[in-house]
Amino acid sequence: MARHSLRTPLGRAIGLGSAKHGAEHWWAQRVSAVALILLGLWFAASVIAHAGADHAAFVAWLKGPITAILMLLLVAVTFYHAALGLQVVIEDYVHTEWLKTSSLVAMWLISMGLAVAGIFAVLRIAFGG
Amino acid sequence: MTPVERPLSPFLIYKPQLTSVLSFSHRAAGVVLAVGTVFLVWWLVAAATSERAFTTAQWFFASWLGLLLLLGWTLAFFFHLLNGIRHLFWDAGMGFDLRTTYASGWTVVAGSLVLTIIAFAAGVAMRS
Repeated sequence: MARHSLRTPLGRAIGLGSAKHGAEHWWAQRVSAVALILLGLWFAASVIAHAGADHAAFVAWLKGPITAILMLLLVAVTFYHAALGLQVVIEDYVHTEWLKTSSLVAMWLISMGLAVAGIFAVLRIAFGG
Repeated sequence: MTPVERPLSPFLIYKPQLTSVLSFSHRAAGVVLAVGTVFLVWWLVAAATSERAFTTAQWFFASWLGLLLLLGWTLAFFFHLLNGIRHLFWDAGMGFDLRTTYASGWTVVAGSLVLTIIAFAAGVAMRS
């Protein structure tokens, strides 16, 4: 592979493409993916266990410290992973520059806003009376 | 006069392959799951708001539309999960040859269908 590479040895060593930050996005997507394998399976099992649960039972479950921590991690990592993925989809399919930029800004703001709403809801239940 | 066998344009003879279909489906499933996160936040915020709000959310997820959406998200979830693990192996430089790629691809298809059926059956069993 290295024999036919057009990249300089320095370029390969630094590991940056022309945009200078591609590797970070790629790496963040993978790290969050690995975290979501475990968090996602826990979440799927939890949703099944609480199918048709009433409010009291659901709140009592979410109040547990382990549950609350796992749910906070799930919400945070899910929205981070989703935003990273949606960013690539927008970059690949939206070719009008102003529309691409505004879509990216809107997508990231909505993702982070929803993440904070979800995190706040979990904290309110965990610390609420 | 015998007709001459001329080469056909690629778009006339193009057949989708398992590899390309799964590649696109991985993206599509990711987008579907991203839409689902809005409902996850609704579920959590409803639980934090009031008993009435949570009952409304639970009623929606138990309705036929809610169940249909949950079925779609369950399938998208298990497919994206299994195919994501397949991608992580590729990222580690493993399983690139054509035989393994097709074997892992069909495993992902079968696995996501089986897990969706198991998860849904378990959910229905929990409710009753």
